[in-house]
Amino acid sequence: MEAAAASPSALRRTRRLADRLGDDGLRLLTGAAAVLALVLIGGIVAEVVGGAWPAVRRFGLPFVWHGTWNPVFGREAYGARNFVVGTLVTSFGAILLSAPLAVAIGLFLSELAPPAIRAPIAAMVEMLAAVPSVVVGLWGILVLGPFMRSAVEPALQGVLGWIPLFGGTPSQSGVLVAIVVLAMMTIPITASVCRELFLGVPRELREAAVGLGATRWEMVRDVVLHSVRGGVVAGVILGLGRAFGEAIAVTQVIGNNLRSAHLSLFATGNTLASQVAASYQGAGSSLEVSSLVYLALILLAITFAANLAAQRIVHRFDVRQRGGR
Amino acid sequence: MSASQPGAAVSLRAAGRSRRRLRANVAAEASAVAAALIAVGFLAVLVGSVLVRGVHAINLNLFLKGPAVFGQSGGGIAPALVGTLMLVSLATAVALPVGVLVALYASEFAPPRVAGQIRLWLDVLNGFPSIVVGVFVFALAVKTKVPLLGIGHHQSVFAGAFALSIIMLPLVSRTTMEVLALVPAGLREASYALGVSRWRTVLGVVLPSARGGIVTGTTLAVARAAGETAPLLFTCAISGLVVSWNPALSTASIPVTIFQYSESPDRQLNAQAWAAAFVLIAFVLATSLVSRILLERSRRKLGVG
Repeated sequence: MEAAAASPSALRRTRRLADRLGDDGLRLLTGAAAVLALVLIGGIVAEVVGGAWPAVRRFGLPFVWHGTWNPVFGREAYGARNFVVGTLVTSFGAILLSAPLAVAIGLFLSELAPPAIRAPIAAMVEMLAAVPSVVVGLWGILVLGPFMRSAVEPALQGVLGWIPLFGGTPSQSGVLVAIVVLAMMTIPITASVCRELFLGVPRELREAAVGLGATRWEMVRDVVLHSVRGGVVAGVILGLGRAFGEAIAVTQVIGNNLRSAHLSLFATGNTLASQVAASYQGAGSSLEVSSLVYLALILLAITFAANLAAQRIVHRFDVRQRGGR
Repeated sequence: MSASQPGAAVSLRAAGRSRRRLRANVAAEASAVAAALIAVGFLAVLVGSVLVRGVHAINLNLFLKGPAVFGQSGGGIAPALVGTLMLVSLATAVALPVGVLVALYASEFAPPRVAGQIRLWLDVLNGFPSIVVGVFVFALAVKTKVPLLGIGHHQSVFAGAFALSIIMLPLVSRTTMEVLALVPAGLREASYALGVSRWRTVLGVVLPSARGGIVTGTTLAVARAAGETAPLLFTCAISGLVVSWNPALSTASIPVTIFQYSESPDRQLNAQAWAAAFVLIAFVLATSLVSRILLERSRRKLGVG
């Protein structure tokens, strides 16, 4: 419309200049933002490595499996073993509880649920993911903990007390409470990945299986689960990554005890993240601070590896799914 | 079993192997339903206890007063409300524009391989433990002075908001990217065919049609940031008893208040933690509900368009 009013050649000239500047300008601006984001990621890694460097130089790699953590001046010695073990035990324990539940929820939402309740239940599962971890922790410390001590842990001990894991005294803060809290936080992550994957399995495959006389469970097991098993693993790893890194809720319920070398799941413990959260601010010597950042570095490395692996699988999965259809 | 009784009438009931298969089927379906019930039960119990305990502790003073002086009863969480408001708005002011620009670059300008890498690294950033983000910002802006801004050497709303914006950035960016990918190629082509340049197409056609998705991503990120505790623990956790509007100083915030009060042996502070959790959870659930509705709407709009 404007072209009819203004002189065409003059308009072309001004527009060409504005457009060239505009195109390059916007490309530059958005590109700068992208570079900024990547620099930020690099900066986080560099800062953590840099902060941990004094401890890395002092203790080296054996820090990871060294078992003492003694901030007393003059006898300072730091090692990450208890925290690494605590992180692994709580996270894998949580996954052991949450993964089967999450897969089953994914199946329920994609295969079984009547359409009318599908969306509300999917929304509720995602809302569980939206509950802030500090609120889950508050609930864990004031509601779940006492309940575990008075009801669940004695019952477990009654049945399985001969296993050292379930020995010791029931307590309201400890490793098992942390496992349950982390399981609650990882269920929605794995469940929503599973649901998306299951819904992506082509309808013809399901119908073919049912047409061959498979029951619904056989169809699910041999067709749905079989064709997306890599993706399910990725969903579980994503949950694991979240469990590794959770600091606040775990700090609230695990009891933050340095002597965490017990076998009992009822005893208090500590994880990499909870130790950093609980001690970083009040750390005394620069060596202790640096050792705590070393813990953060180990944590970063573990979660980084887990997330990268999961993302790789998920991305490959998307491509394969789309390519297959 | 009916096969073992020769001469009996032919039974249509499943027997032997097929009965086992049907039983396995019923068992599997039942456990899937049970699992869904457990998950919904978790949410119900969690939200239920926050509701019940929170409602009891809520009163007007909670929203108007600061924490009581040690030894006195009463008091409220007004400074924390103001603090969270400041932290989240500042963090959004940083994360929203940067996140949208990153998304625009990845989906409109970058070559596909670069775009894939950006997407991957944003997902990795999203998976970073938030406590590590806290350590990073503490080392960058609290322990030392940020030379450009001249802030630092102590905790501040600026530092806390910076940490929260790092949490928000990948959420805003990834949701925006997803919606930008849904904008039909026909819209862009129509714009180019009219002789409109690229940058005006991006700003005038693509971005407005993705507005719904951007709002969704931002609401999701706001809900997440409002409840994050770990990044604030070292960057903005020291607080006084009165409302402070100065972003150069540290302030209380809702999540940190819940964290500190939850570990307190004082029952009255526990009750205030429940009340604060009630406020927080109501806000978070409402915003994520709204963002879900918005996302559905913008998907439908783009699906039709």
